[in-house]
Amino acid sequence: MNKIETTFKRLKAENKKAFIPYIMAGDPDLEKTIEHVMLLTECGADIIELGVPFSDPLADGPTIQRAAERALKAGVTLRRIIQFVKNIRQYTQIPIVLMTYYNPVFKYGELPFIKDSVAAGIDGVIIPDLPPEEGIDFIKLAQDADLSTIFLVAPTSTRERIKYITSVSSGFIYYVSMTGITGSKLDMDRTFKSHIAHVKKVADKPVAVGFGVSTPEDAKTIAQIADGVIIGSAIVKRLYEHPLSAKDFIKKLREAI
Amino acid sequence: MQKIKIIRKLPDKNGYFGQYGGRFIPETLMPALQELEEAYSKTKKDISFQNELKHLQETYIGRPTPLYFAKRLTRHLGGAKIYLKREDLAHTGAHKINNALGQALLAKKMGKKRLIAETGAGQHGVATATGAALVGLECEIYMGSEDVQRQSLNVFRMKLLGANVNEVNIGSKTLKDAINEALRDWTTNVRNTHYVMGTVFGPHPFPMLVRDFQSVIGREAKKQILKIEGKLPDYLIACVGGGSNAMGLFYEFLYDNVKMIGVEAGGKGIESGEHAARFAGGSIGVFQGCKSYLLQDDNGNVLGTHSVSAGLDYASIGPEHPYLRDIKRVQYTYATDKEALSAFELLSKTEGIIPALESAHAIAEAVKLAQSLPKHKIIIVNLSGRGDKDVQQVARIKGIEL
Repeated sequence: MNKIETTFKRLKAENKKAFIPYIMAGDPDLEKTIEHVMLLTECGADIIELGVPFSDPLADGPTIQRAAERALKAGVTLRRIIQFVKNIRQYTQIPIVLMTYYNPVFKYGELPFIKDSVAAGIDGVIIPDLPPEEGIDFIKLAQDADLSTIFLVAPTSTRERIKYITSVSSGFIYYVSMTGITGSKLDMDRTFKSHIAHVKKVADKPVAVGFGVSTPEDAKTIAQIADGVIIGSAIVKRLYEHPLSAKDFIKKLREAI
Repeated sequence: MQKIKIIRKLPDKNGYFGQYGGRFIPETLMPALQELEEAYSKTKKDISFQNELKHLQETYIGRPTPLYFAKRLTRHLGGAKIYLKREDLAHTGAHKINNALGQALLAKKMGKKRLIAETGAGQHGVATATGAALVGLECEIYMGSEDVQRQSLNVFRMKLLGANVNEVNIGSKTLKDAINEALRDWTTNVRNTHYVMGTVFGPHPFPMLVRDFQSVIGREAKKQILKIEGKLPDYLIACVGGGSNAMGLFYEFLYDNVKMIGVEAGGKGIESGEHAARFAGGSIGVFQGCKSYLLQDDNGNVLGTHSVSAGLDYASIGPEHPYLRDIKRVQYTYATDKEALSAFELLSKTEGIIPALESAHAIAEAVKLAQSLPKHKIIIVNLSGRGDKDVQQVARIKGIEL
């Protein structure tokens, strides 16, 4: 059992939900990212999602695209991020999930990427533009190496797809709260709740919800129906624009979950 | 020949042409792509849809477009006979309308209320806005701000046609960023919106669907050349950005003993790094929904491109092209900005036809090739669009104020 599964198991026993913040690695540089990882840990993060900057992040909104541009400008690459995780493992054992687009992984080579990631202490990977149908080899290689493959389920996913996606996901299921990009406004209607209930019923794994969660109130509502809450754009924005109030904001998010 | 027979059956059921293609897209869009694939496979067999499309091709687009013998250009070059397939005479001035109209009809059949599209040179934006107006759908166009500058005339045309034009100010501010934005819009509004992909690119089924709508070009050209010359051409030449006009011309001839050349944008030269020649300067990668050739760095980030022609200024290429290149069915080369500009002027002066800067790349290759061939050889060049939209840009380059 890897660290992600252990975390969810522990939280369940404690009757708690997972707080999963996202930050962009290298925004504005990797030195700052060490501070951010430690800050998130201190604020009570359960799992950290570490974004890999990519030139064309089509599933992301402007906040994360700009963060990626800053990181790319600082010369941050997938290779450097893997090395970075290896280094920070001296300070923290918090589960780390990489969120990357597929092309950097493809260019790196699937097997070398998986081997290097696991050796560095990375626990899972989310690749929004790699649907499981295109990731059959990747899933097998990753699961053999005990690297969790976290796939996305969307509000548009059909019942057949939900069944398929949840069967090949490991660690947790990433439920995308809306048809939209990261950082859009959350809209929790009745369909949302019933859809998520269906995903939870089908999946024998934890379901975390992300996209559009920007306030402690949003986080609280999501935490009532999901096993975990993923918050990206709101944290990325706060860390960049108002770093002094970031700690307070992140703590409030944690408390709401 | 066995290999060639297989080509016409591609893509396979997963949307692959050999190792290229596929469907690399966020989950939110996957059901929409499956829905599109099903709807398209039904309409392909639907006689009433096909009749409606054919009727509009004839009465609205103006098909068949002529196959014109460029007598003075041929004489000037002193070699092979050059014919031009006149897609510039299609309604809205480029081949783009063949696909946009087909997709607009399909979207209407699927019950979609809204069309979105990306555009580089503006021709696909104009064609989509036209299709939307014709069938009565809302229309939203995404265009990089760099391209908005280069193609202000087309921006105005889109607005006249009732479309909303969104200037994209992020990234390189060209076509690839416009595609990202259009995909984001589609992700947000996927339930009521159809994304009119402008070229033989993106996730399956787009490369197949766009190719099929464009293949009318080659079917007509084949009939026409057989009627005029009584034989098939020796060469087909087309420019390749995403690659839809080239696929449209080539597809019908894949079984035949005809040589084919795709011409990419060589920009300021391959060694300068400022170009859009994916085969000469790229490698295999996954970008905007499919696996194909891509201009990228060692870390898999997409590189900036340059071309004098906004329509060729794109970092990747439709996935069927690298497949045809691998099996050596189509040869790919490039023309530089300078060569294209010179061809632009040459065709204007010898034939009274101002070509689109995209098409001028194909003309540039024809100029090189024709001179090296004997007079009985025949070349068909796809004149994919007309150059009205480029006149201001060319004047700017020449330092002339209009």
